[in-house]
Amino acid sequence: MSFVRNQWYVAAYGTEVGRELFSRTVCGESILFWRTEAGEITAMADRCVHRRFPLSEKPSNLVGDTVVCGYHGFTYGADGGCVAVPGQTRIPRTARLATFPVRERDSFVWVWIGDKERADESLIPRAPWLDSPDYTTVCGMEPLKARFMLLVDNLLDLSHETYLHGGYIGTPEVAHTPITTEVDDETGVVYVSRHMDDAECPSFYAKSTGIEGRIVRWQDIEYFPPCLYLLHSRVAPVGVYPKDDGTDTDAFHVEVVYAITPETENTTHDFWAVARDFALDDQGVSDFLHDNNRTVVLQDVVALDKLEQVIATEPDGYQELSINIDTGGLAARRILKRMAEEGAPREQVAR
Amino acid sequence: MAMLSGPTVFRVVWLPGSDRLRGYCWCGASRESEGPVELWTWLLAHPDTHGSQKSAGTPDPAPGELQLAGSLG
Repeated sequence: MSFVRNQWYVAAYGTEVGRELFSRTVCGESILFWRTEAGEITAMADRCVHRRFPLSEKPSNLVGDTVVCGYHGFTYGADGGCVAVPGQTRIPRTARLATFPVRERDSFVWVWIGDKERADESLIPRAPWLDSPDYTTVCGMEPLKARFMLLVDNLLDLSHETYLHGGYIGTPEVAHTPITTEVDDETGVVYVSRHMDDAECPSFYAKSTGIEGRIVRWQDIEYFPPCLYLLHSRVAPVGVYPKDDGTDTDAFHVEVVYAITPETENTTHDFWAVARDFALDDQGVSDFLHDNNRTVVLQDVVALDKLEQVIATEPDGYQELSINIDTGGLAARRILKRMAEEGAPREQVAR
Repeated sequence: MAMLSGPTVFRVVWLPGSDRLRGYCWCGASRESEGPVELWTWLLAHPDTHGSQKSAGTPDPAPGELQLAGSLG
């Protein structure tokens, strides 16, 4: 599948971008990020228009609110326009870096890949827990040598927790509990719900919440294709449910957020964050959740990297087998296919 | 448990105690299936039948009236 264009993608955490030149490839575009002296974030092509030297490579550097190419000194402003070239006063009219619409939301840096005039910031899906004072968040990003779709498949079907993440977040009940799946045909949002009323408590939650014994465990996924994935995780002792007035103070809530960003056709940025509404100031819980979730993510990375090798080296046309657990993943695939067709450049659509 | 609330939400429920799925179009029509591939094919094609049925002066199928819609999926 080619990239889904005309969409917002997470390119970085806001904390990754400062007064040092920072580069990340999103949907095949090498993008240079930096902040102006006023703190505004900028996103532009990471290639000097002169001889394509990457502007993120030293000795390129920031001077005030300009980027100076470390090869021949072409100098660009925050709007991507060239303001100086070496040895002459005339600046060629075409000396301008392509820029990308960029916004900061919920601790993420979002970048628009596609036609700039279609970039509508109201389309950016939200994950408000990540910078809420009512939650404490740990996060990271792992590079994946596997295509975007493999991570979407992985996250939409959590039954794999039982097998790939046994002893961490997986227990037998995850794979054995039926799911309900919904798709909003208009917005493209995919929702997958798995509610376990009497489940073993995996160490991830036992050690972080202090719950002893069996639990009510709810997993409610909201996937906003293509990039943002939310897992609303609710954990409580067996028999404890939200009250009739909607409050749920006796449960523990963990908002697991992934941003799934294609780097190239066969590699992906796997952003992950875990926000909790308990033990907010307990650094030990933060350290545990960070290390444990990273371990879980890396288990996925190993598996998906291997799967990518298999898919990339074997002939096309393999007939997959899908069963009930794949209902959400299949829905996501169809939504993404539709989005790819809608977002494709017109000449591709016409073919 | 329903989560999404828009006017065009498809829903697939894993029927309790069975291996079967039931899919609901947002028009109210539904269909049971043994697998998600067939069910999504029917569900996602089904809204296309709404317009043609209306233009033919036929109301959308009520839940349970599935044979016609199913044959179009």
